[in-house]
Amino acid sequence: MSSGEVQTIVAARLLAEATSVFIGVGRPSTAAILAREIVNPDLVLVYESGTIGAKPHRIPLSIGDGELAATADVVVPVVEMFNYWIQPGRIDVAFLGAAQVDRRGSLNSTVIGDYDAPRTRLPGAGGAPEIATGCDRVMVVAPHSRRTFVERLDFLTTRAAPEAVITDLGVLEPDAAGELTLTQIHPGVTVEQVREATGWELQVAGDLRTTPEPTEAELSALRELVSR
Amino acid sequence: MRIVSNRTHGAQILPLADAIASLVKDGDAVALEGFTHLIPFAAGHELIRQGRRDLELIRMTPDLLYDQMIGMGCARKLVFSYGGNPGVGSLHRFRDAIEHGWPAPLAIEEHSHAGMANRYAAGAANLPFGVLRGYAGTDLTKHTNVRTVTCPFTGEELAAVPALRPDVAIVHAQEADRRGNVQLWGIPGVQKEAVLSAARALVTVERVVDELEPRPGGVIIPGWVIDAIAVAPRGAYPSYAHGLTERDNDFYKFWDEVSRDRDAFLAWMDEHVIGAAEVRA
Repeated sequence: MSSGEVQTIVAARLLAEATSVFIGVGRPSTAAILAREIVNPDLVLVYESGTIGAKPHRIPLSIGDGELAATADVVVPVVEMFNYWIQPGRIDVAFLGAAQVDRRGSLNSTVIGDYDAPRTRLPGAGGAPEIATGCDRVMVVAPHSRRTFVERLDFLTTRAAPEAVITDLGVLEPDAAGELTLTQIHPGVTVEQVREATGWELQVAGDLRTTPEPTEAELSALRELVSR
Repeated sequence: MRIVSNRTHGAQILPLADAIASLVKDGDAVALEGFTHLIPFAAGHELIRQGRRDLELIRMTPDLLYDQMIGMGCARKLVFSYGGNPGVGSLHRFRDAIEHGWPAPLAIEEHSHAGMANRYAAGAANLPFGVLRGYAGTDLTKHTNVRTVTCPFTGEELAAVPALRPDVAIVHAQEADRRGNVQLWGIPGVQKEAVLSAARALVTVERVVDELEPRPGGVIIPGWVIDAIAVAPRGAYPSYAHGLTERDNDFYKFWDEVSRDRDAFLAWMDEHVIGAAEVRA
């Protein structure tokens, strides 16, 4: 099993009790579709294209794929999505990704380098800033590397205080002061590996947990979903 | 500023080339909207073929269409909130323009999706600004056109974004009737807001029907707020028109490859856009 599969399954498990989840594409979307299929059939999937209650059979490439609109309970305009659903806090959980994450969980998806003369121009904010402030519960899904987990963001796109950051090495959660701390580590991963992959001096929880091994049922459901 | 409607007789149905030529001129602020769905590629390609320059291109998600228009030198400025290839990765022409000034320097004004949505809504409502809870504590406030405003009733501090009032809005829809009334269905994006915020509006459609049959989730825009309709079958390709055509996800992945290299990009555009008058058949 790959670290990406573990990451997706961990994210899906965290949705077992959620009522609604806001997702983009990539692993968060796969995790939410998986959660709906195996642990939480009433989970309402919300994509920023305006599809509320989407029930895709296949993992969508984009947030605007036809199957999302065809299977949704309702498809709303973008103005309504942001003003009536996200801003008033009607969505339970939001999953966000980013190019850079700092020790408080704020995110950069705008530029690497200077804004006015960037080394790398990233896609930009999209829905993230208002999703982070509108949804009570924010979780970040990101690959764990020094490129991503940085001491200082090149640009602060999204101010966030996520309740969990799920990586392909483990899970970080904020301590009482809001600093991301390693609280869970995936099977086969060492603390040293995680420290090496983090661009700041990573705090490790005293009661560090190990991610329970993905079950046969979880893995086969995920692989079957991916293969559709 | 009052909106004065001079479209008393409903939208004219025109050939696409004529509609574009009469509605868009160099230097215009143009919004070609469609949030992943109903993206007006045919109209955008016609703009490229007609050699429009110095455009201020407005679109929440530039997508491949603006990647192409930027790469072909149509744009002086881009107003947007997310410049990526949805689900695939970067927009290479967009990046090349911003990182290296190729083919020409590109001024940008970037916002969040919520900001852009409220800018369009304010424009459609003929209000000078939109208000939302947003932008607070982010670096974007230092680099874009957003202000803080205090609620006169509660004292809460909120973000104020200036209304979007494009010179031209262009959107694609499934159908229009012969008087130019338009119906679109599927993901509605900010299409209606874009049409109502702009001084002039063109809607390209898959087909013209005798009468619009209202559909579940259908959005109807009366012809008397539209300047022109142009028939463009498959006019959203590689995006799609829900119920009539399918999104070509493979093309979006293919674009990542062909657009990386400037020469490969130009060769592809020359063969498939410049050299092809009516590609949609």
